Amino acid sequence: MTDILTLREPVATFTEETPPASIVRGYWQSVFYRLRHDPITLGFGAIVALIVLAAVAAPLIAPFDPYAQSIIARLKPFGWRDHLLGTDELGRDMLSRLIYGGRVSLLMGVVPVVIAAMIGGILGVVGGFVGGRVNTAIMRTMDVFYAFPSVLLAVAIAGAMGGGIGNGMLTLTLVFVPPMCRVAETATTQIRALDFIEAARASGAGTLTIIRYHVLGNVLGPVLIYASSLVSVSILLASGLSFLGLGVRPPIPDWGLMLSTLRQSIYVVPLVCALPGVAIFITSICFNLVSDGLRAAMDVRM
Amino acid sequence: MDYRSSDGSTIDRHDQYDHGGPAPLLVARNLRKHFPVKGARGKAVRAVDGVSFTVAKGETLGIVGESGCGKSTLARLLLHLLVPDAGELIFGGEAVGAAGGIAVKTLRRQAQMVFQDSAASLNPRLPVRDSVAFGPFVQGSTKDEARAIARDILSRVGLDPDLFGPRYPHELSGGQKQRVNIARALAVKPRLLILDEPVSALDKSVEAQVLNLLRVLKRQLGLTLVFISHDLNVVRYVSRRVAVMYLGRIVEFGPVKAIFERPQHPYTQALLASRPSMDPARRIEMPPITGDPPNPIDPPAGCRFHPRCPFVEAICETADPALRVVEDGKAHFAACHLRDRALGRGRLADA
Amino acid sequence: MIRYILRRILYAVPIAFGVSIVCFALVYIAPGDPLETVLPPDATAATIAIVKHAYGFDKPLPVQYLIWLGHVVTGNFGTSIATGRPVILEVSDALANTALLALFAVPLAFVIGGTMGAVAGSFPGRWIDRAVTGIAVAGVSVPNYWLGIVLVIFFSVQYMLLPATGMGPNGSTGFRLLQWNSARFLVLPVITLAMIPIGILARTTRAAVAEMRNQDFVQTLRAKGLSEWAVTRHVLKNALPQILAVMGLQFGYLLGGSILVETVFTWPGSGFLLSKAIINRDVPVLQGTILILSLIFVATNLVVDLLQPLIDPRIRRG
Repeated sequence: MTDILTLREPVATFTEETPPASIVRGYWQSVFYRLRHDPITLGFGAIVALIVLAAVAAPLIAPFDPYAQSIIARLKPFGWRDHLLGTDELGRDMLSRLIYGGRVSLLMGVVPVVIAAMIGGILGVVGGFVGGRVNTAIMRTMDVFYAFPSVLLAVAIAGAMGGGIGNGMLTLTLVFVPPMCRVAETATTQIRALDFIEAARASGAGTLTIIRYHVLGNVLGPVLIYASSLVSVSILLASGLSFLGLGVRPPIPDWGLMLSTLRQSIYVVPLVCALPGVAIFITSICFNLVSDGLRAAMDVRM
Repeated sequence: MDYRSSDGSTIDRHDQYDHGGPAPLLVARNLRKHFPVKGARGKAVRAVDGVSFTVAKGETLGIVGESGCGKSTLARLLLHLLVPDAGELIFGGEAVGAAGGIAVKTLRRQAQMVFQDSAASLNPRLPVRDSVAFGPFVQGSTKDEARAIARDILSRVGLDPDLFGPRYPHELSGGQKQRVNIARALAVKPRLLILDEPVSALDKSVEAQVLNLLRVLKRQLGLTLVFISHDLNVVRYVSRRVAVMYLGRIVEFGPVKAIFERPQHPYTQALLASRPSMDPARRIEMPPITGDPPNPIDPPAGCRFHPRCPFVEAICETADPALRVVEDGKAHFAACHLRDRALGRGRLADA
Repeated sequence: MIRYILRRILYAVPIAFGVSIVCFALVYIAPGDPLETVLPPDATAATIAIVKHAYGFDKPLPVQYLIWLGHVVTGNFGTSIATGRPVILEVSDALANTALLALFAVPLAFVIGGTMGAVAGSFPGRWIDRAVTGIAVAGVSVPNYWLGIVLVIFFSVQYMLLPATGMGPNGSTGFRLLQWNSARFLVLPVITLAMIPIGILARTTRAAVAEMRNQDFVQTLRAKGLSEWAVTRHVLKNALPQILAVMGLQFGYLLGGSILVETVFTWPGSGFLLSKAIINRDVPVLQGTILILSLIFVATNLVVDLLQPLIDPRIRRG
C-alpha cells in the first residue's frame, strides 16, 4: 500500500495561490510609510528641521552680531532695548548667540556620530563577517574603551589633547566608535549565520560581493537606529566638554560655553543665564524622540 | 566486488554503480568531516566519517537518515561549502579543488543547492527577482541578462514573474518561497542539484506539488538530483537509488525498490517499520528501535548501530562492517556482519 | 557556574591592562611637554636633561610604561604637582565624597524611576505610560549640569532654601551626615545626579515589565485566579535582575562620570578633582584619577556580572 498520493501526471499549475498583498512594499518603503503616519515623530522631526534651518540661516535671522560687545548693555533681562532674550556678561545679544551657538552644537552632535558610524560600521562588519581571531582582536580592543564611562573618556581625551572644536570632534568620534562597532558586529554576526549567505556563496559570490549585496543592506538598519540615538548624546557631551572649557574656545558662541561663563551671573539675571541650557535641552530631546520614532518604524519583524 | 567504505584501498568499478551508463557525474570518495568540540581536547563531532558513493548522470539519488546522521553536513561537503578533512570529490571526471582538476568556483557553476529553511535562504531585503538574478549576475551576466534569466526561470517554477518578481520573501507562502529557492538554484543552469530537506517544512499538499515540479524540471532541464530527507515516503517517491545514513556512515545503499521491499540492514528495517500506517492490521506494538539515540562525538566501537540492534552478536561489538553486496546481480549493499556472505551468512528472516 | 565566574574574572584582566595602557598613553598624546609644569621656561638644556632623567622620561616608552605600572600596582600613583600630597590620598578622599553622592542618588533613582517604570509598564499605551515615557526621555536628554544650575537658581537664588555650592561650612572633613546643617548641602547635587538614572531606570523598568506581562506565564497566573496585585509582584520579581543590573551599572557610571555636576556645585569629589587637574595640568593626579575611576568602573561591571547568576537563575548554567 502506498502511503502517499501518487499523481499520475506532473502538475504544472499550482492550485494554492495566496493572492499577494496589493501594495508591494520593500523594507525601506514600509519604514517611510510608518514614519509618515506617526504624528509625534513627524512633529518633533519638524522641530529638528527648524533648529537646523535656524542654525544654517543664522546670518540672515540673527538680530544682532553675536560678537558685538557693549559695556552698558551687560546682563540685561528679557526685552531690554530690542534684545528679546537679554544680553550676556559682555553685553552681547543672547538671541543671536543662541542661534549661532546652534551651529556649533549641531556640528558637534552630528559629525562625530557620522564618522564614528562609518569607522565603527566598517570595523564591525569586517569583524563580524570574518569572525575568528580577527573579530576577537577587534572586539577586545573596543571593550577596553567600553571600560570607561563615556563622560570620563571624553574628558580624559579632550583634556589630554587640549580644547578646541577640532579636538572636541575627534574626542567624540573616538568615544563613539566602540559602541557603533559593537552594534555593527552583532548585526553582521546574526546575518552571517543565516542560510541566504551560504546560498550566495554557493552561487559563487566572493566575500566582498556578499558583503555588498547581502550584508550591508541588513546591517544598515540597526546601525542607523543606534546612530540616531547617539546624536543627542553627542550634543550633550559636546556641550559638557565646552562647559568644562575643553571644547570650543571663547568668543565663539556655544551653548555649553555660554552656560559656563554665565554661571557667575545667575544672581543677576537668572532667566537669561539658564537660556543656553534650554536650547540644549530642547534640541537633545527632539533628537531623542525622533530617534525613538525611527526605531519604532524600523524595528518591525517582517 | 567488495567496496570498502573506510580505510584501505578502494576498488572502484564504475559500471558496478552505473547500470552500464557513461561515467558518473559525481563521485564521493571517503569523505570525512569532523568538527572539534570546544573545550574538550581531542574530541570531535564526527559528522561525516568516510562516505563514498556515486551519482550517475540523470538519476536521482536519495539520501535518507534521522537527525544527526550527518546528511546536512554531507550536502555542504558536496558543494564544497565545507572543506572535507579527508577524501575527495570528483565531478564530471575531475577532482574538485585539486591541482589539475576542477576549481571550486567552476564546481559552483555546475552544481547548486536548495536549503531546508525556505525563509532563511532568501535575503529579506531583496525582491524575489533580485535574489534569483544574483547567481547569474555573480557568474558573469550583466544585470539585464540576469534579470531576463530570472524571469524565465521564475515562470518555469510556476511563479508569474510580473506578479512575484517584485515581491519580498515575507509576502510569499512557504511553498512559494521554496519554489523561489529552486528557481534561484536553477538560474545558473547547473547540471547537479542538491536538495537538503527541501519539502520538510511544507504542508503535505504543497509538498506534493513541489515534488512534482522537481520531477518536471528534472526532465525538462536534464538535471541530476541528490535528494536528502528524513521522510522515507518522499525519498521513495523521487529516487532511483537510495543511500541510508547512520552516524556519519552509509549503512545501506541500492535501488529504491530493493531498499524498500527487501531492506537488509537492521537499521533500515527499523526505519521502515516505524512508519505509522493506516492499516489496523499493521499496528506496531513494540518499538522497532530501542536504546539511546546516537552521539556523534563518541560513536560506539565496532558497528555503530550495535547498541540498538536487535540482532547484535559478539562480532558486532568489535569489528566495523564494510559495505558489501547483499543481493546477487543487483547493486545493493549493506554494512552488516550478519549479511556478510563471506562469513557464510544468508538472509535473516525479516523482523 | 564556577567556570562562568572564572571566565568572567579572566576576561576582566586584559581589559584592566588595556585600560592602564590607555591611561598611560593619554599623557603622551597631550600637546606640549609633560615637563612644562615642573620646569621654568628658561631652564637650560642641562637642567632639562637632569630633570628628564630624574622623572625617567628619557627611557623608551614601553619601559616607562612598565615602570609606571610597577608603581601603580603597589599603590604609588605619584605626587600631586598642585598640592604635593600623594595622588592616592587625594583620589581616595575625593572618591569618598563622590561615593556619598552616588549612594544617595542611585537608590533615589531606583525608587522614583522604578516605580514610574513599573506603573507605566503595567498600563502600556495609556496616558500614564506616555507621561512616564515622556519624563524618562526628558531625563536622559537634559544636560545635568544645566539642571543643577536651574535648581540652584530656584532653590538658592530665588528662594534661598538650599545652599548653592560646596560641602558645608566645615568642608569635607567636617561633614556630618546626620546634621541638617551639613546634610542640606547634599540635597541639590543628589537630585541633579539622579536625574539621568531616573530616566534610564524608568525606561528599563517599563520595558521589562511590559515585556514580562506579555509572556504566557502571566496568563497562567491570572488563570489561576491571582489578583492583579499579586500578578504584578510576580512580574516585578522576574524583572528585578535586569533592573538591578542597570542600577549597578549606573552606580559605577556615577562614580566615574560625576565631573559635570560636581563642577557646578563645587562638590569636592573625584570629578571635581579631575577638572582641577586638567586646569592645572597636574599630570600625576590626572593619570591617577582616570586610572582609578575607570578601574572602579570595570570592577563594578564585573561585580554586576558576577551577581547576575545569583539573582537570575537562568544564567546559572555556567
